[in-house]
Amino acid sequence: MSRIEIRNLHASVAGREILQGLNLVLPWGEVHALMGPNGSGKSTLSKVMAGHPDYAVTAGEVLLDGENILAMEPDERARKGLFMAFQYPSEIPGVTIANFIRAALQARLPEGGELDAVEFYQTLYQKMDELEMDRAFTARAVNDGFSGGEKKRNEILQMAMLNPAYAVLDETDSGLDIDALRIVADGVNRLRGPHLGALVITHYQRLLNYIVPDHVHVMVQGRIVRSGGKELALELEARGYDWIIKEAGLTVTPEPADGAAR
Amino acid sequence: MTTSTDNAPAQWWLQCQRAAAARFAALPMPGRQDPNWRFAGAPDADLASYQPAAGLGEAEREQALAASDNAFATAGGAVFGNEQLLSFTAADDALAKQGVIFEPLTVALARHPDLLQKHFMSQPVALGSEKFAALHRANCNHGILLYVPAKVRITLPLTAWHWLAGDRQAVFPHTLIIAEAGSEVTFADFYRSLGTAPGLAVSVTDLLVGAGARVTYLGCQDWNEQVRSCHLNAISVGRDAGAKTLNCNLGGASARVESHSRLTGVGARSEMLGLSVGHGAQEFDQRTRQDHRAPRTWSDLLYKNILNHRAKAVFAGLIKVAPGAPQTDAYQTNRNLLLSDEAEADSMPGLEIANDDVKCSHGATTGQIDPEALFYLLQRGIPRHEADYLLAVGFTEEVLARFGHDPINTRLRAMIADKFRRGKRRQVGPADDAAAGSANARHPQHPV
Repeated sequence: MSRIEIRNLHASVAGREILQGLNLVLPWGEVHALMGPNGSGKSTLSKVMAGHPDYAVTAGEVLLDGENILAMEPDERARKGLFMAFQYPSEIPGVTIANFIRAALQARLPEGGELDAVEFYQTLYQKMDELEMDRAFTARAVNDGFSGGEKKRNEILQMAMLNPAYAVLDETDSGLDIDALRIVADGVNRLRGPHLGALVITHYQRLLNYIVPDHVHVMVQGRIVRSGGKELALELEARGYDWIIKEAGLTVTPEPADGAAR
Repeated sequence: MTTSTDNAPAQWWLQCQRAAAARFAALPMPGRQDPNWRFAGAPDADLASYQPAAGLGEAEREQALAASDNAFATAGGAVFGNEQLLSFTAADDALAKQGVIFEPLTVALARHPDLLQKHFMSQPVALGSEKFAALHRANCNHGILLYVPAKVRITLPLTAWHWLAGDRQAVFPHTLIIAEAGSEVTFADFYRSLGTAPGLAVSVTDLLVGAGARVTYLGCQDWNEQVRSCHLNAISVGRDAGAKTLNCNLGGASARVESHSRLTGVGARSEMLGLSVGHGAQEFDQRTRQDHRAPRTWSDLLYKNILNHRAKAVFAGLIKVAPGAPQTDAYQTNRNLLLSDEAEADSMPGLEIANDDVKCSHGATTGQIDPEALFYLLQRGIPRHEADYLLAVGFTEEVLARFGHDPINTRLRAMIADKFRRGKRRQVGPADDAAAGSANARHPQHPV
């Protein structure tokens, strides 16, 4: 039961169907990569799982440890243990990183529970040190004026602090130089283990040199068309996506990039 | 200077009051057709229903004193309640030896009539509330005179708490700050109520900032939500001097603020900040003027309003650059965050520029909470009401960061948080909302 199971998921945005009967199983304790050409619906999947209001689910289920989360509000899904590292994290002017993470942790405490401030800052500073983030960042507004790399580190910092059961990392490698990529990947790897199931969404194989997946899924036109071991990612790197699209019996006409439907 | 200790007002003062009473009677009640009152509610002709406040009972005095908690270190302070001085903490001897005068008006009238005759309401009210300025002049007997001699720097802020209690009582708090050349001072006025009865407050704060002086001022309006108020804030800034003012609206049924900067000396600077948090059927009416009258002057205005339920805010600001004020930099920004579909913000930024060697900009935005930002907070497990609260409080931080006085900001943050808590309680049930609605029907919402 400890897994995310996506069954026959159909979802659309602005009347256009993006997910067209997607099936995927992510067991707790494993890292799976989700790859696919631009416009295949990878980011849509992450948004639908997290409950973004722009996306309408028309059929199917997303079961988190056996419970369908699709009827839940986004915050309830998050408290059930689902974390999403955003491709384009929002800027939140006037809300400091420390206050933001504290509010998120506070929301996970039972009614009337209070966070221990000393312990909170100890943990926060330790995680920041690991991500090579300046401690002064705690007093900065969330993502406000951050560089691309700083934003992605901040996503991993939140993940480390919130300790989710399942994480979806949406194109966490996009916009990162090689040093930032290594730091972010190390951050994810530190969280790997029997208590985390992670779905790493990426267009490129490069990230998977650093975060080595247990399984690789290939998504084309809103469906998983192939699953395999980590060597599948290398094959995609060498041969591109066209052959897999043809083998799936689909035509190679890329839809608009995910970003267009963001 | 007179050495009289008799606190009976002097003849000249009484004459000014009588003349002001005549002016008040002669001036027409401003109406919506007046451009200075556009978008404001229809004025209340029923000022006569308010009584000049007549002191507080013993229990109320204790309550007011206990609640006048600065929570930061001060160089002096006063607490007034219903036109009575409840307590006074004088500036310390070192400051007094340097010539600092910090006195209640009643004392200053006897000891420093020269200063008051010269400066008391010396800056004409010009943004629409002339009638209320006259009402204030006719009735004001209490307040603060703060005189800072040349080159004296007072590092800690001074404060005044003004309390209002009782049914349909009226108060006229006054703060006059005279900062001589090269001096520095920070002052905060807090306006609050005991109880929930309707009342009237017409307050005036005049800041006279001498050459090279620095004055930082907070006016924090937190009357109860049945009070109508008018706060008139004039700021005169001399050569190479700097004023920074923040006018906050948290309470009040309808609150009007007029803040008028006059940049009279070469190189004068005025930063004008506003922050209002409204809910229920509160109305905030804010009128500002950035009057550039000398070369190389600078002003920057930022007014932010957060409005929930059916609350309404009006912002009307004018940057006015005289022919004799080349190389002026003047900026004006009004931003409104609406937390409900019924909330309303009316923004009227304006420019009137009489020379072509200036840098000016103005802008206004009105919007709701950014849905992507909200989703981000929700995805972290933060419940909707808490996420809305964090984003709304975040919206205030830009103003507080610009104000930049940490101890006062800390106090303000607590008051803002308290205001949001009151708003949350309001939202608890429809019965509560209905009760608020009927109360509003008894006391129509518009500036007096």
